[in-house]
Amino acid sequence: MINGIIAKKVGMTQIFRSDGVVVPVTVLKAGPCVVVQRKTTAKEGYDAVQLGLVEFLNPKKVTKPMAGHFKKHGDVAPVRLLREVRLEGKSDEVKVGDKVLVDQFKPADKVDVVGTSKGRGFAGFVKRHHFRGGAATHGSMFHRAPGSIGASAFPSRVLKGMKGAGHMGVERVTVKNLQVVQVDVENHLLLVKGAVPGHEGAVVIVRKSLRQ
Amino acid sequence: MGTQPLLDKIKKEQMRTDHPAFKPGDTVRVHVKIKEGDKERIQVFEGTVIAENRRLNQSTFTVRKMSFGTGVERIFPLHSPVIDKIEVLKSTQVRRAKLYYLRRLRGKAARLKEERYTEPESVVAAN
Repeated sequence: MINGIIAKKVGMTQIFRSDGVVVPVTVLKAGPCVVVQRKTTAKEGYDAVQLGLVEFLNPKKVTKPMAGHFKKHGDVAPVRLLREVRLEGKSDEVKVGDKVLVDQFKPADKVDVVGTSKGRGFAGFVKRHHFRGGAATHGSMFHRAPGSIGASAFPSRVLKGMKGAGHMGVERVTVKNLQVVQVDVENHLLLVKGAVPGHEGAVVIVRKSLRQ
Repeated sequence: MGTQPLLDKIKKEQMRTDHPAFKPGDTVRVHVKIKEGDKERIQVFEGTVIAENRRLNQSTFTVRKMSFGTGVERIFPLHSPVIDKIEVLKSTQVRRAKLYYLRRLRGKAARLKEERYTEPESVVAAN
């Protein structure tokens, strides 16, 4: 059993539960995926599958090295997006060319979503580390500055690892234990409760939560 | 294909089509399901629609009524399953989309002009 799928973030909306409670959901276009490569403990040292997202791909865009990769492991049609998902326990039945669809999930399942967060550029202390900043008015001359970053003559330097302003976002983020709200196998759609990292159209991996 | 059509489809699936058409200025009676313990009952809220916020499945409308001399406003999610039904009692002629000016008017001043009767198209066609 493969416990993961490649998905693209479609956007967020809300769903009414039958008792009228509004559930915030992220719509994900999950799959269809195909197993491109089977990694085994014997050969690669760990058990995993490389999944490819099946979508339109201009044959001219497939480089020769990539074409070779698809041919080598089992002659599947080339895909653009590849992601790897670990296999748990016994999974000898998984072969190259197997289809991976959203039907592996059902409502009320818990899933982890792995993606890349939105880029914030060079962000200041307040945004990046949730420093409180100073008062905006009443003669305050201390607004969004960090305050003290260390002592003076000793140690005469800033300690390593001090929180500071700098680049924020565009990093791998895992959101754990999101609840599956709805599964639409026909249209390859997956609705999970809550937010998912990245912008709309971003590629994420959805996998069954390890801790159930 | 972009992702927006997919999102719109999901949103539209959520929308109810069983409500009558109404607009700001109309007097409506909203039947709301209320859960008390394990019993469910219907509560009616009657008043003037003073605003609507059209956002597909997230659309809402605001109903204002005078209750014992105090103005009471309630915002309902249009597509919520909590709304049992909506009755349109009266339509009036209004010249703006948001009737927030009614909030500072009392009594006679807060009246709205009833919509002039227009023959339904089916009747016009029959003549």
